[in-house]
Amino acid sequence: MHGDDDSAVLEVTGLKKHYHSGSRLHGGRHVVRAVDGVDLTIGAGEVLGLVGESGSGKSTIGKCVVRLTVPTAGTMRLLGRDISSLSRREMRPLRRDVHIVFQDPYSSLNPRMSVGEIVGEPLRQHGEGTRRERDGRVGEMLERVGLRQQMRLRYPHELSGGQRQRVALARALILGPRLVVADEPVSALDVSVQASIVNLLLDLQRDMGFSCLFITHDLSVVEFISDRVAVMYLGRIVETASRADLFKDPQHPYTQALLSAAPVADPASSRRSSRIVLTGDVPSPSAPPPGCPFHTRCPVAVPRCSTEVPPLVGVTSAEHPVACHLVTPEDGGPDASQGEVTSVHHPS
Amino acid sequence: MSNPFNPPTIAGAAEAGSPEAAVLEPARRWRRLRQRFLRRRMAIIGLAFVLLFLLLALMGPLVAGDPSEQHFDAVLQGPSFAHPMGTDDLGRDVFARIAGGARVSLLAGVCSTALAMLVGVPVGLVAGFYRGWVDPIIMRLNDVMLAFPFLIFAVGLAAILGASLRNVIIALAVAQFPAVLRIARGEALMLREQDFLAGAIADGTRDAAIIARYVLPNSLNALIVQATVAIPAAIIGEATLSFLGLGVQPPTPSWGVMLTHAQPYLAQAPLLALFPGLAIALVTLGFNLLGDGLRDVLDPRSGR
Repeated sequence: MHGDDDSAVLEVTGLKKHYHSGSRLHGGRHVVRAVDGVDLTIGAGEVLGLVGESGSGKSTIGKCVVRLTVPTAGTMRLLGRDISSLSRREMRPLRRDVHIVFQDPYSSLNPRMSVGEIVGEPLRQHGEGTRRERDGRVGEMLERVGLRQQMRLRYPHELSGGQRQRVALARALILGPRLVVADEPVSALDVSVQASIVNLLLDLQRDMGFSCLFITHDLSVVEFISDRVAVMYLGRIVETASRADLFKDPQHPYTQALLSAAPVADPASSRRSSRIVLTGDVPSPSAPPPGCPFHTRCPVAVPRCSTEVPPLVGVTSAEHPVACHLVTPEDGGPDASQGEVTSVHHPS
Repeated sequence: MSNPFNPPTIAGAAEAGSPEAAVLEPARRWRRLRQRFLRRRMAIIGLAFVLLFLLLALMGPLVAGDPSEQHFDAVLQGPSFAHPMGTDDLGRDVFARIAGGARVSLLAGVCSTALAMLVGVPVGLVAGFYRGWVDPIIMRLNDVMLAFPFLIFAVGLAAILGASLRNVIIALAVAQFPAVLRIARGEALMLREQDFLAGAIADGTRDAAIIARYVLPNSLNALIVQATVAIPAAIIGEATLSFLGLGVQPPTPSWGVMLTHAQPYLAQAPLLALFPGLAIALVTLGFNLLGDGLRDVLDPRSGR
């Protein structure tokens, strides 16, 4: 790992990304608040798992961080440098420090390029080495992701989903970035292949020491891979904690509901016997509810929740910030399963 | 929660694909493309047709004789040894005229299409890639041009420019331009949503390189198909323009001129119309087969 462990690789503060929908001509122009004020920090060599339902804005954060889209507001410091308002030209030299792996390996590889060209493309764009040197590094990288060197002559359509995702990983890592954004890298793969890719990513991460923003909706993957976990709901982070803390002591009612809904390999041994069933849908990010964004579905909401936005602060501990009014230093988070209407008790 | 992911194992050959029996040595790209091309019989036939007519166009009068030489003692004759395709109403040798006309027809077909592509493809790709304010402006102008039927547009332009082969090529190119632009833009619009384009941006690739290395190669299929349709259409277009007196002037032969010239004699000498028609059909077929072959060869997804 790197020596400068204390300085953050990525520091995001007050990140907002709003999209406009509807046309000006037809009167109603909506603002969709995909990301609405997000703070997060990733230390050197740290894997931060970003969880949330689809539409919660987690992929948008990833796109902002690699500057595939321009944030509406907020700052993003990559290795201390604010990249939130850099032009594409200014961003170019910094791109060797951050790369992204996409969800769908079928659309993330150029079908007209061979695997060797695809993996070597970042080197080429940054003018690294001669052709021969680049070829050597490509071969090396392919072996590191568990592909044979000869694969370089293949084309993406000849590969399986898992092999493609290995190629995408090789491509993202070949410049030795300090930060890798993995945007649901395994959710498009067969479950049998998912484990091998997650393991590979983790091995490489330990080897190369890069930090990782791992975006997913799959709690079991998050539990396996993350050092720290951030839970998103409707464009905001509602809870952040170390993996152990979060899974042992989820404080936000939404986190509790998420964890209670995750399938468990051995239900009989699970102490948790009740599942918190949330009713209703996630509110539209173009018309978020006032106050706490979760209060419309929260089983333990109090009147204050619908008027006042809870800040993301560490109540029980500075390392475990939660955005909920009901968290107290003495008792921790509220017990969402005690909510009256929405909790279901399973007899077994 | 227990975890479905067991302790890390070296991710390996579990899904590493079929055994690679024959992996190509790092061969020259061209050699590979040539090999792929030579495996396609229909593409070779297409190439042969196109080359045959190209040869005819280049050295027509040398092999077939003077297309303008008149023999009033031998008009509207059927095929014979002296005149393998017969003679027309002025006693001119039809084979010589087919050979001579190949030059005009191929020039009009290929050059006008190439010109339309040369301008239409970059403009279309840029419009589709950038969207923004450029795209609607270009596309509305394009709609105005598309509103005119291809031939009427070409006829109008040729009438303004004056009758000559050069002007026919320009008129046909301008008339083809909107369709080419539309197809190129559509491809770029579709491709810009693909993750691999976002990946290229994440590499730090410059826009020009993204368009040249990512967008253009992936638009080739559609563009080649468009070209193989456009070349025959332009050949017919030249025929129409020449028929209306807006194209090449007599006595210069062109297949279109010959076809229309044969019309009054359809009852007496039906073969007079057959040969130029056949020439157009064969060139069209040739370009279509060649285009299909090229499309397959250039697309790595289409097998060996």
